[in-house]
Parts: sequence; C-alpha cells; structure tokens
Amino acid sequence: MPGKLKVKIVAGRHLPVMDRASDLTDAFVEVKFGNTTFKTDVYLKSLNPQWNSEWFKFEVDDEDLQDEPLQITVLDHDTYSANDAIGKVYIDIDPLLYSEAATVISGWFPIYDTIHGIRGEINVVVKVDLFNDLNRFRQSSCGVKFFCTTSIPKCYRAVVIHGFVEELVVNEDPEYQWIDRIRTPRASNEARQRLISLMSGELQRKIGLKVLEMRGNAVVGYLQCFDLEGESGLVVRAIGTACTLDKLSSPAAFLPACNSPSKEMKEIPFNEDPNPNPHSSGPSTPLKNQTYSFSPSKSYSRQSSSSDTDLSLTPKTGMGSGSAGKEGGPFKALLRQQTQSALEQREFPFLTLTAFPPGLLVHVGGVVSARSVKLLDRIHNPAFVGIMGNTRSYKLLDWNSFNSDEPETRDAWWAEIRQEIKSHAKALGCHAVVGYSESTSICEEVCILSASGTAAVLNPRFLQEGTVEGSLEQRIEENLPVGCGFCHIPYDELNMPFPAHLTYCYNCRKQKVPDVLFTTIDLPTDAVVVGKGCLIQARLCRLKKKAQAEANATAISNLLPFMEYEVHTQLMNKLKLKGMNALFGLRIQITVGENMLTGLASATGVYLAALPTPGGIQIAGKTPSDGSYEQHISHMQKRINDTIAKNKELYEINPPEVSEEIIGSPIPEPRQRSRLLRSQSESSDEVTELDLSHGKKDAFVLEIDDTDAVEDVHSLLTDVPPPSGFYSCNTEIMPGINNWTSEIQMFTSVRVVRLSSLNLTNQALNKNFNGLCENLLKSLYFKLRSMTPCCLCHVNFTVSLPEDELIQVTVTAVAITFDKNQALQTTKAHVEKTLQRASADSEEPLQFPLELCSDSMPAPAFPAAKEHLESTSSNSGTPAAQRATSVDYSSFADRCSSWIELIKLKAQTIRRGSIKTTVTVEKASPMSDGNFRNRSAPPCASSTVGVVKMTPLSFIPGAKITKYLGIINMFFIRETTSLREEGGVSGFLHAFIAEVFAMVRAHVAALGGNAVVSYIMKQCVFMENPSKNQAQCLINVSGDAVVFVRESDLEAMSTQQPAVNCQTSCPGEVTT
Amino acid sequence: GPSLAPGARSEISALPEVALRLLARPGAVLAPALGERGPGIAMTSELDIFVGNTTLIDEDVYRLWLDGYSVNDAVALRVRSGILEQTGATAGVLQSDTMDHYRTFHMLERLLHAPPKLLHQLIFQIPPSRQALLIERYYTFDEAFVREVLGKKLSKGTKKDLDDISAKTGITLKSCRRQFDNFKRVFKVVEEMRGSLVDNIQQHFLLSDRLARDYAAIVFFANNRFETGKKKLQYLSFGDFAFCAELMIQNWTLGAVDSQMDDMDVDLDKEFLQDLKELKVLVADKDLLDLHKSLVCTALRGKLGVFSEMETNFKVCDPVQALPPKVLSAQPPASGAEDRTPKIPAPQNLSRGLVNVAAKLTHNKDVRDLFVDLVEKFVEPCRSDHWPLNDVRLFLNQYSASVHSLDGFRHQTLWDRYMGTLRGCLLRLYHD
Repeated sequence: MPGKLKVKIVAGRHLPVMDRASDLTDAFVEVKFGNTTFKTDVYLKSLNPQWNSEWFKFEVDDEDLQDEPLQITVLDHDTYSANDAIGKVYIDIDPLLYSEAATVISGWFPIYDTIHGIRGEINVVVKVDLFNDLNRFRQSSCGVKFFCTTSIPKCYRAVVIHGFVEELVVNEDPEYQWIDRIRTPRASNEARQRLISLMSGELQRKIGLKVLEMRGNAVVGYLQCFDLEGESGLVVRAIGTACTLDKLSSPAAFLPACNSPSKEMKEIPFNEDPNPNPHSSGPSTPLKNQTYSFSPSKSYSRQSSSSDTDLSLTPKTGMGSGSAGKEGGPFKALLRQQTQSALEQREFPFLTLTAFPPGLLVHVGGVVSARSVKLLDRIHNPAFVGIMGNTRSYKLLDWNSFNSDEPETRDAWWAEIRQEIKSHAKALGCHAVVGYSESTSICEEVCILSASGTAAVLNPRFLQEGTVEGSLEQRIEENLPVGCGFCHIPYDELNMPFPAHLTYCYNCRKQKVPDVLFTTIDLPTDAVVVGKGCLIQARLCRLKKKAQAEANATAISNLLPFMEYEVHTQLMNKLKLKGMNALFGLRIQITVGENMLTGLASATGVYLAALPTPGGIQIAGKTPSDGSYEQHISHMQKRINDTIAKNKELYEINPPEVSEEIIGSPIPEPRQRSRLLRSQSESSDEVTELDLSHGKKDAFVLEIDDTDAVEDVHSLLTDVPPPSGFYSCNTEIMPGINNWTSEIQMFTSVRVVRLSSLNLTNQALNKNFNGLCENLLKSLYFKLRSMTPCCLCHVNFTVSLPEDELIQVTVTAVAITFDKNQALQTTKAHVEKTLQRASADSEEPLQFPLELCSDSMPAPAFPAAKEHLESTSSNSGTPAAQRATSVDYSSFADRCSSWIELIKLKAQTIRRGSIKTTVTVEKASPMSDGNFRNRSAPPCASSTVGVVKMTPLSFIPGAKITKYLGIINMFFIRETTSLREEGGVSGFLHAFIAEVFAMVRAHVAALGGNAVVSYIMKQCVFMENPSKNQAQCLINVSGDAVVFVRESDLEAMSTQQPAVNCQTSCPGEVTT
Repeated sequence: GPSLAPGARSEISALPEVALRLLARPGAVLAPALGERGPGIAMTSELDIFVGNTTLIDEDVYRLWLDGYSVNDAVALRVRSGILEQTGATAGVLQSDTMDHYRTFHMLERLLHAPPKLLHQLIFQIPPSRQALLIERYYTFDEAFVREVLGKKLSKGTKKDLDDISAKTGITLKSCRRQFDNFKRVFKVVEEMRGSLVDNIQQHFLLSDRLARDYAAIVFFANNRFETGKKKLQYLSFGDFAFCAELMIQNWTLGAVDSQMDDMDVDLDKEFLQDLKELKVLVADKDLLDLHKSLVCTALRGKLGVFSEMETNFKVCDPVQALPPKVLSAQPPASGAEDRTPKIPAPQNLSRGLVNVAAKLTHNKDVRDLFVDLVEKFVEPCRSDHWPLNDVRLFLNQYSASVHSLDGFRHQTLWDRYMGTLRGCLLRLYHD
C-alpha cells in the first residue's frame, strides 16, 4: 500500500440546467479511482453547487497510481429515474508522483461530455501521499520524469544520456465503427477515452521501468502515439530518450558541479545483442528506406565496414576521451570507437532529441529513413512480417516484453524498421541517429510504418557515466571549430555511401563538407548561418487504384519509392531556388488513402556558412528542339534565375567573399573539381559548368522532356514567399532572427477539401494539393497580420485522407513577434565575429591529434562551465548570436538599446503583476452571487481566469522556465448527432478544438503552471456523416506543463542579489 | 487595421447581387486559383477553421457582424475597404477569415448575453482589454434605433415592429434584434433589483460607466413608458433623454430617499408625485403668483435679453382667468420672430405650465407625456420667442430660487426636488 490518493470536491459553477421545470440542477459528484468510488452529497437546486466535500481517500498501489486516471463524474440527481450524467473530468495524477513537479492539483476543471462538450466547471483538489521508497517496487516507475521537449529541459543538466526507450501496448478498440454500432456512440466513446487514458498510464509506467533499468531518472523527447487500427485494435506506442538529469537549483550552485557524475550511478547492465544484424548492408531497395542522397539508385560501395570490429571494444575503454574538435584521421577513428562503445551496446543508438547539450553533436551524416507497408488484418500471423515481396525479411529478434502475441507483432514491425535505420546510419559512417521519430498512416487494413532521423556522430562523454575533469574543458573548447564541426562529413570520403560533392569547409577550411545537408534536427545554436531561414515544403499526390489487402499493399509499396524520390527532388529544387544549402527539421509524411497517397515534406532551409554556395537550377530542353521551344526554355530559365536572385535578397543571403589567403589552396580531388569551381562564383552564371554526371543530375538540372516536367517547373515557381514582415520555419528557432518579443500566438488550423472530380489525374491532384497548402499558409499570414514583424515557428503540417476524395490538412504553429531592428543588428555582428574567429583558427597549425594522444583522453570537447551555464540557465532557446552580442558589451549603442529594453520589460512586469493577483483572488473565492452585490467592484474587472500560454516550442520568448510540472497527455473524443445545428463541420470542429485548448489550459493551471511548452497535436481524426447529421472527432495532444517567469521579473530579483548571481543570469536576458 | 469607408452601411444595398453570390461559394473563389487548367478539377472547402490559444478578435469584422451583415456582405464590404490590396490576400482568404470570425462571434454571443460568464469561462482565452471591447461593442446601440424604441414597452409586440424600424432606419433587422434583445435583457435583469440602477447594470453587464448610464436611461424610460416618439419630440436626441433620465433617477425615484428599496431607481417616487399637487398653490394663489413674479422680474431686470417677453408671460399666468385679451391680440403669426413681439402659442404661460406639469404627474398617462408637456409648455414658447439659452438659464434659476422668498409657501423642499430636476431637464431640452 505505497500510496494514498486524496481528493476533495470543492464546488461547481456554470453547470447546465438539467431540470427544465425549475431551470436548475441537483448535482452530485462521483469520484472513482481504480475500483473504488466515492460520492458527494447532492447539492439541490443550484447551477453553482458548493459541495465542499470531505477528503476522499484511496489507498492504492503505486502501479495503479501510474496507470489509472482519476475519474470525476458530475451527475444530476433524479429521484424517479436514472441519474443523468452531466460530464466527466479525467485527471492524470502522474505529475504528483515525482518530486520537483507539482505537489498538489487544485483548480477549476471543465466538465466534459462527448456529446455536449464542456458543461460548466468543477473545482477539485488532489494530493498524493507516498509511503515508501518507490524505486524498490519493480512494477512501478514512480519518480521517473517525462518530458515532451526534445532537448534537455531548461532547468536541468544532462549527466548521462542513456539512449532510446520504446514500448507499446495493444488493446481492443471499444469502438471503431461508431456510427454503425448498436451501443450508443457516447457509451463507447467514453469507454474509449477511459481505455486510452489507462493505456497511456500503463505505457508510461513501462517506459519508466526501462529507464530505471538503465539507471536513468527521466525520459526526454517522449512521444506517445495512438494507432487506431479499427478491427485489429488500438495501439498505444511511445518512444523517448532515457537520461539522467540533474536539477539546476540555482545558477550559482551549478557552476562547479558541472561535471560531477552522480555517485549512485552504476554501469548499465544491458542484455544487449551487440550485433543484431551483422549483414546490415544498408538499403538494398528504395522501398523501405530512403537514405537521402541525390539519386534513388545509390551504390553503396562501403557498407558499415567498421561495425563488426568496432563492436568488439568493451564499453569501458576510452572512457572520457575524445575531443570533437580533432578530426584528423586517427582521432576520427578513435572517436568513432568511443561513440560506438557507448551507443552500440544499446539495441538502437537513437535519440529522440533534436537539440543537444553543447559538444554532444560532433558530426551529422544526413537523414536516414525507413518505411514499411503492413497489413493489419494479419495481426495474429507472425509469418506476415516481410510480406512485401520486394523487401528483405529480417530475422526477428526475441523482444520478450509482452505475453500477448499482438504487441510482439507490432514490436517486431518496429524493430525491423529501426534495424534498417541503424544500418543506414552505419552506411553514413555514423553510429547514432538523432532527431529520431516514428509515425504511421493507416487506411483500412493497410498501415505504413515510417521512421526517420539524422545519422550522427556523438561525443561519447554524455553517453557514459564517466568522470571528466572540468578544468580541461576550457582549453579544448577553445580549439573547437566554431559552428561548423557538425557539417564535417563523418564518412570516409574515398568510400562515400552515395555520390556527393565534397569541398573543404568554408568556415574552418580544414575538413570536408558536403554541398548540401539534410537533417531532422534543429539548427545547432552555434551554427554559423548567413541570412534568414525559411519554410520549405515539398508536396505530392499520387493516385492509387482501390484494391484489397495484399494487392493494395503491393500497390502502395510500389508507389512509395517514386514518391520518396519526387519529394526529395522537390525539396532539393526548392532549396536551390531559395539559394540555400541545408535543411533542418525535415519531416516527411506519407499518408495513405483509399485512392491516393500524399507526401508532404516540411523543413527549414538555411544557408550554412560552412557549406558551399549552392548552384543554380539549370533547365535542359529536349533535343532536337525548334526555336520557339528554345525560347520557352530560356524564358523559364530566366524566371528561375530571377526567383533565386529575389530569394537571396529576401532572405539576406549574402555570404561574405572569401579571400584566397584565408581559403588557402585545398587541392581538389578529381571528383570534386567541378564542384569547387562552381561554388566560388556566382551561381547563375556558373550553371553551364555543372557536372552533369548521373549522380547529381536530378538535383541541379531539370530536364523538360514532357509536360509533367513543365508542370513541375511551374509548380516550383508558384510557391509565393510570405508577405513582408513574415518569416516561417518548422524548427524551434528562426536563423537570423533573435530578438523575440513576448507576444506569442499558438494556433491550430484545419482544412478539409473535397476533390470533386471523377477522372482526376496525378497532375491535377498535385495542383490541388499544392494549392490547398499554399492557401492555408496565405490564410495564416492574413490572420496574423497584426503581429508583424513576426515569424511562424514550428510550423507543423499533418495530412490525412479520411475518405475518398477528401484531403484534411492540419497545421499547428506559433507566431512570435520580434523587434526587427535589433534582430538585424545582432545577426551581422555575430557573423562577422565568427568569421574572424574562423579565419584566425585556420592559421594555427593542426595540433589536435597530438594533444589527444598525449593527454590520455581526459576531457571531451565541452564548453567552458561559464558558457554552459549561460546556455542552460538562461533561456537556451535564444540563438547563439544573441548570446554572443550580449556578452560583448563594448559600444555605447549596445548599452543604450538594452537600457531601453530594460524599461520595456519593467513595464511588462507591472502589467503582469495584475494578472498574478487575480489568479490568487480566483483561487480564494470562487465566483458567487454575493460578489455581484459588491458595489465597489469595477466594471470589466480583470478576468479571474489566469492566462496559460501554449507553444510548440520548448521555450517561452522573454521568459525563463523555472519548473517542469509534468507531462500533459490528453485524449478527447467529441461527437454530435446534430451537426447542422452546431454550425456544420466547421462549427463543430472549431468548438471542439477550442474546448481541447481550454482543457489543456485548465489542467496546467491546476498543476500550478502558466504555460505548456513543446505542445503538439498528435492526432486530429475527423469523421463526418452529413446525411445522418453526425460527426465525430478524436484529438490527442501533449506537452510539458511549466512555470515560467518573465525575464524582467527575474532581473528585478537578481539586482537584489549579489553581483555574482547577476553576472550569470543577466547577459543573456537583457537583449531579449 | 483597415477601416470601412464611411457610409458603408448605406452602400451595401447598392452592391451587385452577382458579386455577392460569387463570394458566397468558397469553391467558386478557390477554383480560379487552383484549377485553371484541366477540366473537371474542382476543390470545395468542406471544413476550414482557425483556432488560436488566444482568441483572435478582428475589430472591423466584429463591427460588421454586430451590424448584422451576412458573411457575404461582410466580405464584399471588406473588399471595398481595400484590404486585399493592402495585404495581398485573395478573396478566398478573406472569405475564410470572415467565416472564422463570424463563427467565433457566434460562439461568443451566448457568453455576451451574460458578460460575467465571458470573464469566467475557460473556452476562449481573451485578454481583459479585448473582453471589455467585445462586451462594450456588443451592448453599444445605434442612436437611430434607440430613438425608435425609447420609452416603449420592451415586449413581443414591439419586437414585431422591428421590421418597420429596420426599414425606416436602414439598420439591418439582425442588428435591430440584437439591440432590442440587449435592452430587454438588461431590463429583465435589473428591473426588480435593489441598489443603484447604474451600478447594477455595471455589475451584471460589465459595461463602461458611460454605457451603463445610457442603459439606465433606457431601462428607466421603458419602465415609465415615457413618450418620446411624438413628432414634436423628434428634435431631441437620445442623449437629451438620457440626461433627463439621470436627473430624474437621482431625484425623483425611491432611491433618492431610500437606498434600500427594491426597484428603487426604476420607479418614480409615488408619494413625491402625489405631493406635487401641493405646488398648485403657486399659480392658484394670486398673491403668491404676483409676489413670485415680481421677485423674478426684479432680479432679472436688465439681465435678460428677453425680459419683456418673460415679464409678459409671467404676468398673465393666472390659471383661473382666461388669457388677457392684450396678450391674445399681441400674438402674431410665428413668422414675426425678429421683432421680439411676445408670442404666446397657446393660452398658457411658463409658470402655469411648469406647475401644472407637476400637478398632473399623479396620473400615469400624464407621467408618460411628461416630455411632450415640457416641450409644449415651456420649450416651444420660449423657442418661438427666441430666448437665448442663457436667458432661459437665468430665468429658470431665478424662477426656482425666488420661491424660497415666498413667505406663505410651505413646500420649499418639494419645490426644490421638483424644480431642481426640471430646471436641468429643461435646459437640456432647450435647443433647436
């Protein structure tokens, strides 16, 4: 009996009228946890009942505490007939189960009913008393913290990053064909909500157990998803990154403690299979994977040749050694060994993180992805794995996590995909995959499983529980190449996994870099970027014949490689058109429908200073050709060149001219000669110099050999740039903009269009789909025009194909305003500064390898304690450029601007103060009729509802997160049988999404928080049946509940503290 | 933000039907943008929503919605405002945006009916300043509309007249309904409530002080059914009536003497009205009348531009006698205004008129006609004599004050309560 859950029902308000005769309600409340139920008294005839109940006490196992949600049902008492349910509240009590998070849940919760939506609110207080040291109980994992945030949470420090954790649970879906069932939809939907709540809890607990096994104490980048598989059931699966986190209690305390490992940590007892797939010869067919390169028909001349030998190293060797900055041959090998030893002992060396502690990310190889088509009706047949004739079937490992067959099958599916990802990473010379994510698309009985990530070489320091001397870090940090190390190729340039064109890094001039870099991660904060970034999307539709079962799956799997290829080509062309050379945050979503497939890739394009200037796009006509055709071609060529020039201006891409002395004279290898030539001159003139070898043809030269190709070129040019004052990206931060104001607006926009044509062509379909996405963006820009200058960050498009000829696009993003003038100023300063540093570096002799050898590998490349502190304790979402300038207060102008900023912030403090007080007022006295009699209350007195910010980003601009209160993971179903009366489908969904936001905010407020960060709407499944006047929608959202403090408030506090404290916290904040 | 061209409301009817119809179908808007090529390709929007964590409120669209325009009319009006050129948006974008805002307003409307609910609800996160704006605008009414309804019973019967009001004023029927329902809702809530009328309205509807005072006037007028629609009252604005209402609420209601009564600010003090009969003595008692007159005349001689007219009117204020022949003969047609000849449009005079108005207030019918009487018996005579406002003020001040020097008159307090308010009202009502 390790825990006691205590619940008190205080009051209700705004209840619906349940008795038409009296226009009142006789409400009471049932409080249920597990199998125990308590009831309050009936509060007669009131819409604002004051139950003020006793404490209801549940004595329960901690396992149940983790699995079960607290169920609160509000009912209307009826003497003669059955009591009518008004609605329910599910409260996830998990945040109360670990220290540092919330201690009490207390507040007004919306009472939710699947048919009526929100019907009033109920005030509840929940507490948990834990009796024992819970870690002794193997079945529970109380105490493990969960974070949706895909970086190390702001007020924590990563001691060790243990690696990938995954789990899934399967159950029968209580309702998968809701309209046709005999049971009322409401009953089954309530059952469904309850079940999913339970499954989420169970899943989280099981993941937590795995984390404890690994000696971790937290999961970062936790992503939980539902697969609604219809008849074959309901799958809840989750992935995350197990970490050992240390709470940063105060900035000062953190200074010396930077590298002290936790004493209680022990070596992880892995029962790993060190080499699960020795013949992982990488992608053999394009179907199940796409390692991003320029051609779908890649030749892998050197496949993971190192893996077998490297794996023989024991995890202990080379402990704590290795510097990211030393990239000579010997070092590279050594580093790889260490990384491997740390990572490869794990089944999957994957991290779901997209941003990393400084120094962790050494090199980035490129995007790795894998897809697999599965048939859901074969769920009980394990032999089905690898059913697609043209894919290789893997020998399955024994993942013995479940007793039932079903999860095992699902586990096997995912394991297969992960294996493939892993082998792709190896092919790229990488031993880890970062920015890793998994997704599914289901249509009837066909399911596409997808996984993608970025192959990377990581510094092993964080991945092991080693001891490192902090004093050495400073020195090594100084020798790190600034902001370009991650661009340097991790693979062997003589044995490249795909044809790429290498040059010496334009930043440090020491290492080789590819000409284009695609990644799924966020832009590293120290990356040197020229100009601004922008959202780049590739959009594609493919018609598919309707088919059943295997025939359908085969048809889909035959289409997939072509789609992957086309999406990739589009991305590449659009990137060139923007004059940029790298993509971050790449997310490719392939969606399957009954008669079509869609592909939507989103990424943020940037110009990395380390990479060469991209070449232009060359249009090649068919031969032979006549005069008018030539003219047409040249006209199109001109338009493309104009667009590139315009984009360069728009995104301020003016890479500095690199003088010959700085460059030195790298001797180009024969293969790269043409590449180098082009990169040093203006792109548009140089296109004729392009290497037209097969390998890169698709990337740079568009052959106009048929009408489709002409259309493709046209569609390239139809993408309209955002109106002035707007920027957009799908990453956390926008390169080139850093002076965010505190004004943010998170939103969700949903569009469903019907394609009303019987004889659709791919061409027309593409055009429609493209138009849908473009129009959606245009609408967003229009709606948010009052916020300019602003940037749409973390723009996340999701496509689903709910039925024939219906396309649904859901977008969630956050608009953040910024101060235009300051942003420009700081960017320039930073770029210049880093360039100077880079050129200075290049003159120094190469000394890294020597240093490494002599030093018996004590310290990896880690930042100085001071900088580490800055980046962690201050809002680490603020870009590096900002930090750079704020540290260097040399000019009077700088002081001035920050002084003005200070005053602005002060003003904000005052305004915010009023909100704070009203929150406490609200808690103290729920609104009652008596209040109205109070004549002294001013009209429109400030709202009693505290403001809760929501953002898909991991930070709040201009504020500092002081506490993480726990994960928010909520699942709602809403249904209606009076669709027209509720304003049609738009009215229905609009109201529902608003309600979902409200419920998220209420839960956060009850935990004592004032924001949700890393918010994501993972699912929005909308179904309608207009002829029956019915509709249903299912929404799943998650995020991290936090407490944030405005930096201006912090500043006021820090000025009262000793100067030491002030120094550590101020510089990063003054300029924001 | 962009604002609508002035007079947009009146222009809407001139918009070509065709243009509106085109905009009515989102598919038709999208089609040119998406399917210029390829036959049979069309994409119709089934669902299109935008939901912000902070609810977006577009003030211009809110105004259009409040003014009762359909989505299509609103889109057409927004197009006219030049917003497409300013923002580079397409008609489809505008249509979608307008629909979104309309849907939001529709969802908010239920809450706006009880504004405290808007503050306490959790569904829409709206900054307090925006909440105040939403409420204030929702309860703001059109001058033209309120003049049609002021003093009428807020019942179903009146609601049927809304069609006529809409046609007469050019305000959309939808907007008329909203305004009427607002009046009625506020009336129902505060009608039988204890305490200050303005405060009650502010507490329950969270209106600004100004708007709450206006609503107090509307409620007060509706409750007492003051006639405001007569032709001779047409020159008066809502503001004139509201001003009078406030004075009357302050001085003539139960609340003026006892702040603990129910309906204290809504109903006139019946006892007070009964007592007003006592004032009759001022005109019935010849001595008293003469004394009063001479006091006024003495004080005002040389100060009043219209002294002779005043003197004439006052002198012949014997309620028992018919008007003196001299005065009757001296009454020229209204056209001879410039020569300042005394003109008495009716067989009555100022003092008698004012006192008689008081004496009659015991009957509900006469209470309703209060403003008609005031205009007929005071404003019009003075106006036809071209009294400057300042002279009216001097006269009324002296007329009220002199009573204090009348020895035989015992109702000084009553007189002050009556005349203090009436003086203020008359000064406000006295204009062209």
